[in-house]
Amino acid sequence: MNAERTGIIGKKLGMTQIFTEAGNVVPVTLIEAGPCSVIQIKTVERDGYDSVKVGFIETKKANKPMKGIFEKSGLKPTRVIREFPIDGLKVGDFVTVDRFAAGDVVKVAGVSKGKGFQGVMKRHNYAGGPGGHGSMFNRAPGSIGASSFPSRVWKNKGMPGHMGSERVTVRNLTIVGVRAEQNVLIVKGAVPGAKGDIVEIRKGF
Amino acid sequence: MNFLSALEETHKKGDIPVFNIGDTVRVHVRVVEGDKERVQPYEGVVIARHGGGVRETFTVRKVSFGVGVERIFPLHSPIVKLIEIIRRGDVRQAKLYYLRSKKGKDAKIKEKGRDQQHKAS
Repeated sequence: MNAERTGIIGKKLGMTQIFTEAGNVVPVTLIEAGPCSVIQIKTVERDGYDSVKVGFIETKKANKPMKGIFEKSGLKPTRVIREFPIDGLKVGDFVTVDRFAAGDVVKVAGVSKGKGFQGVMKRHNYAGGPGGHGSMFNRAPGSIGASSFPSRVWKNKGMPGHMGSERVTVRNLTIVGVRAEQNVLIVKGAVPGAKGDIVEIRKGF
Repeated sequence: MNFLSALEETHKKGDIPVFNIGDTVRVHVRVVEGDKERVQPYEGVVIARHGGGVRETFTVRKVSFGVGVERIFPLHSPIVKLIEIIRRGDVRQAKLYYLRSKKGKDAKIKEKGRDQQHKAS
């Protein structure tokens, strides 16, 4: 299990590349993460599980029930609220990028870019047809349930439909650098979502 | 938002000479052999520059023992120690891929004359 449980909310800034000393190119994603205010602590005794409710990006807007919670803790309302299991925090604390260090392995979750209504080739990697030589079978899914057996369509058969805009977690990403002054994490590899999208970063693979 | 461009800026090299497509350059490349490290020169014609910012690369072509060799270097890579400009070439294309099908005299590039020097940026 993970020695230290830590999570933080961040905003994807975009991708670039950096060079290592040896001259290798590392593709990196920059994430502006935290500081996240600790809004509420959930405990096993009270809530049945333990976790920490944290908020990111301060705003003035909050609906009435949330306003009560924010006023109770004396914090400014935040636009994004997420829960992570984090140890050793109390209400009013802030989660910052200091909890992460270069070399840490993290998983990053976010909402993937929406692709709209897509066919079976793009959505499920079907092979499609030959496309040429008079073939009239180009990008169609083909047979979806043969005549005598199974004589019906299997459950979970890959069909055309909406693709993307779903929660995706990318695991096993390494933190290349932490810039505490700018609240930025530099993560090796790609992260779900478009620039400016909210992502969750959790320690551990 | 501008932290991204700021980070890219720190990975750029400031001492890159101005060179253009068609120029003959000598690239000093750092090579690692086992645990030893040395600098190896690679000389040829710049036939393409590609990309921008930290991602910019350039392609150097030379003919070695009758065999065409092309190497693509990331412009800002630390393995590129030094770029020496040997000769300024006068070309009209941004990509000199046509050189691949030319041999001998046809593959020669005109040298930039003194009266055209103002065109070199």
